[in-house]
Amino acid sequence: MTTPTLEKPTTPSPVRAGTLDPHQLRHSLPQALAKLDPRTLWRNPVMLIVEVGAVFTTVLAVTDPSVFAWIITVWLWLTVLFANLAEAVAEGRGKAQAATLRQAKQDMTAYLRDGREIPATQLKLGDVVVVEAGQIIPGDGDVIEGIASVDESAITGESAPVIRESGGDRSAVTGGTRVLSDRIVVRITQKPGESFVDRMIALVEGANRQKTPNEIALNILLAALTIIFLLSVVTLQPLAIFSKAFQAAAPDTVALDANGVTGIVLVSLIVCLIPTTIGALLSAIGIAGMDRLVQRNVLAMSGRAVEAAGDVNTLLLDKTGTITLGNRQAAEFVPVDGVTAATLAEAAQLSSLADETPEGRSVVVLAKNDFGLRESEPGLMPNVTFVPFTAQTRMSGVDLPGRQIRKGAASAVMKWVRQNGGHPTEEAGEIVDTVSGTGGTPLVVAEQLDGQPARALGVIHLKDVVKAGMRERFDEMRRMGIRTVMITGDNPRTAKAIADEAGVDDFLAEATPEDKLAYIRREQEGGRLVAMTGDGTNDAPALAQADVGVAMNTGTSAAKEAGNMVDLDSDPTKLIEIVEIGKQLLITRGALTTFSITNDIAKYFAIIPAMFAAVYPGLDTLNVMRLHSPGSAILSAVIFNALVIVALIPLALRGVRYTPAGASSLLRRNLLIYGLGGVIAPFLGIKLIDLLVQFIPGI
Amino acid sequence: MAGWLFVITLVLALVAVYKPFGDYLYRVVSGTRDNVVERGVYRLVGVDRNAAQTWGVYARSVLAFSAVSILFLYAFLRLQDKLWLSLGFDPLPGHLAWNTAVSFTTNTNWQAYSGESTMGHLVQMAGLAVQNFVSASVGIAVAVALVRGFAARKSATLGNFWVDLTRITLRVLLPVAVVFAVIFMAAGMVQNLSGGVDVTTLTGATQHITGGPVASQEVIKELGTNGGGFYNVNAAHPFENPATWTNWIQLFLILLIPFSLPRVFGRMVGQNRQGYAIAAVMAILAVASVALTIGLEVHGAGTVPQAVGAAMEGKETRFGIPNSAAYAAITTLTSTGSVNSFHDSYTALGGMMPMINMMLGEVAPGGVGAGLYGLLILAVITVFVAGLMVGRTPEYLGKKIGAREMKIASSYFLITPALVLIGTAAAFATGNNATALNVGPHGLSEVLYAFTSASNNNGSAFAGITVNTPWWDTALGLAMLLGRFLPIVLVLALAGSLARQKVTPESEGTLPTHQPLFVGMVVGVTVVLVALTFLPALALGPIAEGLS
Repeated sequence: MTTPTLEKPTTPSPVRAGTLDPHQLRHSLPQALAKLDPRTLWRNPVMLIVEVGAVFTTVLAVTDPSVFAWIITVWLWLTVLFANLAEAVAEGRGKAQAATLRQAKQDMTAYLRDGREIPATQLKLGDVVVVEAGQIIPGDGDVIEGIASVDESAITGESAPVIRESGGDRSAVTGGTRVLSDRIVVRITQKPGESFVDRMIALVEGANRQKTPNEIALNILLAALTIIFLLSVVTLQPLAIFSKAFQAAAPDTVALDANGVTGIVLVSLIVCLIPTTIGALLSAIGIAGMDRLVQRNVLAMSGRAVEAAGDVNTLLLDKTGTITLGNRQAAEFVPVDGVTAATLAEAAQLSSLADETPEGRSVVVLAKNDFGLRESEPGLMPNVTFVPFTAQTRMSGVDLPGRQIRKGAASAVMKWVRQNGGHPTEEAGEIVDTVSGTGGTPLVVAEQLDGQPARALGVIHLKDVVKAGMRERFDEMRRMGIRTVMITGDNPRTAKAIADEAGVDDFLAEATPEDKLAYIRREQEGGRLVAMTGDGTNDAPALAQADVGVAMNTGTSAAKEAGNMVDLDSDPTKLIEIVEIGKQLLITRGALTTFSITNDIAKYFAIIPAMFAAVYPGLDTLNVMRLHSPGSAILSAVIFNALVIVALIPLALRGVRYTPAGASSLLRRNLLIYGLGGVIAPFLGIKLIDLLVQFIPGI
Repeated sequence: MAGWLFVITLVLALVAVYKPFGDYLYRVVSGTRDNVVERGVYRLVGVDRNAAQTWGVYARSVLAFSAVSILFLYAFLRLQDKLWLSLGFDPLPGHLAWNTAVSFTTNTNWQAYSGESTMGHLVQMAGLAVQNFVSASVGIAVAVALVRGFAARKSATLGNFWVDLTRITLRVLLPVAVVFAVIFMAAGMVQNLSGGVDVTTLTGATQHITGGPVASQEVIKELGTNGGGFYNVNAAHPFENPATWTNWIQLFLILLIPFSLPRVFGRMVGQNRQGYAIAAVMAILAVASVALTIGLEVHGAGTVPQAVGAAMEGKETRFGIPNSAAYAAITTLTSTGSVNSFHDSYTALGGMMPMINMMLGEVAPGGVGAGLYGLLILAVITVFVAGLMVGRTPEYLGKKIGAREMKIASSYFLITPALVLIGTAAAFATGNNATALNVGPHGLSEVLYAFTSASNNNGSAFAGITVNTPWWDTALGLAMLLGRFLPIVLVLALAGSLARQKVTPESEGTLPTHQPLFVGMVVGVTVVLVALTFLPALALGPIAEGLS
């Protein structure tokens, strides 16, 4: 089903980080400026309030100019700009990819089977087109005739061509890919303008990005906090006027006069308190999360699916290709009746020389690796007749001068031994039973020398080879609270053996598509979220039912329609990474929210004494940072508030470091870094900025 | 030393009753068998005791019952001179009747009047004391409904308000009240229907010694975290609080139900440890607050306290500083609001503690029922932030905290701070702060305290401010009304939303909500959010005063 997965590194590795190129900042500046338009900004209420505040202070600075007023005003505008920049940078990374994709679909011509030529954009659902070597496939569809090698690098970035053929699970082709050889007939399965590439472009550009459920919930919390702080600051004014009137002899400052707290300082206080840090970075985090998936060649059809991936409780994984290598492989030679292992290996290798199945190749390789037996070229050996495998004989073999070797299913080979005068011992039967019992496939090897009765040499133990590192990966999953379930067509006994070896939590043996669907429904009934991968048409119902359904790009159109993600690499193991990216997305949001809120503590210690120490000198005790002056304190808080956004853009794009672990240790770690860090960092930052701004004349 | 002993024995007593009393409460609210009296009540009011209510119906029942209560009490107060046992007192003016009716129905018991010179015995007994019982039951019922929301699986209903109200009143409040009223009488509290006697004192002057049903009202005042005293000076009056040991019992009664409700929560959701976690949050905040208040008062800064050796102004010599300070902290940590000393006379920072206690949202342990639901809302907000940090859609007890839940929890969280801040600002903006005795920071504290107390349904007064004016009666009445019923409607909406959900099974990836880390985080969220909201206002009041 899947080809390129054998060599994929599957050792446990945390989600890799994306990077931030400084050039991106510069390139995104025009977009960031364009986003100052309130009609765009209203979707981000926190930043909209900052902008309204900035407009207000601008007016104040114009009518009553001062150095303090202008610097504050500039930094308030910068705060909004930095927020826009974060979003623009995140979007910019998708734009480049979209441009490449657009090239792929330019000026394509479709050659209909009836001979007409039309532009690809006019293709309708159900049209049948012919594509020959060197041409670009004009739209998404299924191959209904022929076989061809196709270069899909325009979409997957993978330069090795893939085979597409009519019928079966490898019939789907994507518009914009190039046929390298042969000729295929394709029935178009897309509506105009809704091709896979169109959807990809829309996705990576974030054109119609919708807020995900968690994002909405978080926005509500941020809105509530914003309202609270607005109230807290606005209602302060009558109290400030009262206090100032009480201490009428106290000198006026930049922050407070007889009319109460000055407009500039009031706005500064609001901006410092409302959760600007997370408000500024929230959409960038979401876009970057999708982008991280795109970088791993996974297309999520909705942000909701990415978020759901973080919530997954149960992973359904196909055995073949995901948990085990594609095919069974020879793992051991078990000789019988005093035969040496080397003899058995030699005979087994000889009998497999002409066997081009993966199983056959693995026998040759095992003999070479374990016993140093070099394989001889079948063509170079004289007087040799190879006996091919047939469904009737259920064995294959080789006839050498004076020697016949047979290899195959136990019952068939035993029968052959008896027919040729041999008497197989109990031992061979016992080994065969043992191998079957552990989920392996036994192949019996027997030989007959001229004039002697045939005898069994031993058993080749074929088994499913679990990919390296899978057990660790599943242990990791368990620590994250995710159950892994292996889906296989094997009988329960074999399935159990492999499940035990791989370390999955459960298995579904002799699985039919209906079984899968039922299993998913059962899990969901219990309140669990299920993720699965699939590629065949018969996987479609299960993919649609699963909360996260990852369709392989090699799969059928039906599967791709049904899933909510498509993996362009067609690597089922990637499901695990998708889960990690989903979690990382949520953690980044939570961590920056915590950071944003805990930041406020230090800001209070800067601004409250700055506002009121002139009236009540005792409040200067709260000026624990010993900031230079009321003006410098307020300015430092505003500047810190703006700079912290820029400082955190890389983190927002990259996501916080995620190492698979249980909830308790994750919380402890993130709380320590972003909670405690959020308390401490601004104390240091504001003090440092204050050390600089105190030299500005007039502050 | 005696002061610490007082606090420690209180803690031990509460620990001792947590399980048995909590289990008893649990059986009361989840039992299905009715006794004769209850069946009679249901028949009388026409309630089908088996009809489960959706959150909307439950909320409408609460609101309807409370509306009728307010109207009834208002009429009662306006007509008291026409009724028996009025002791010759005049009917209350409209604004005061409104304020008082709202105050007692909302479990606030803010008293803009002086009890012994305003209220006849019948009003005290049949009007105010009745509301002391039922308003407490309403609070517990709403909390229980919320917990049912957490415990339910795909259910549309939350139980029946009328059944909850009846059972809690008859099986919990009444029996405990009767027992302790007798104990109080034995301690020397007054309990009669006398209009009082005039006696000639040794110096030859005439003194009026009041009588009345004090003990019976006193007990439910504490047990139901109501706080409305029979006398103007509340529990500082020897007839309301004769001795140190009655002082101890009063505090025990105040804390009894609020601290036992987490047990009900744990039992109902089937995980006692969740109850312990909530109780732990309450206990940490409460113990810290009591210790701070006592500490600030005992070592009180200020010229006078240092001159005389102790901050005794406004405190009863019978109780001394620690017992007074402990009372002040506990009465404001719960939504009781009865007092045995005068918070206005506390040291600046010591007097800030009761204010902060109320600003916490009355959650440590809070009013009966209201404390539990308030804290669960804070826990929901904590779960949301913490849940994101562990990389999952946040869930609390298997219930997802999504957009709808956050909308409700955030609105809940907004209401009381909004009422406090807007009310205080309005008082200053309209010049109504002028009725405060003081100017400067202390005058600011007096106004801030009044709105904090009313909006959080506490009812204690800082004193030092005349609040029986039409503006104050109306404004504080509104603050009490909105501060009680908006949150209740939201809590029930949340309960409805949670009840409809299925339960996500727990796994290693689920945020554990019973461990110290989470307990600490809820404490942190509660304190930080309050600090961030009220710090500017406090800075101009008690902090400015205390640091000068």
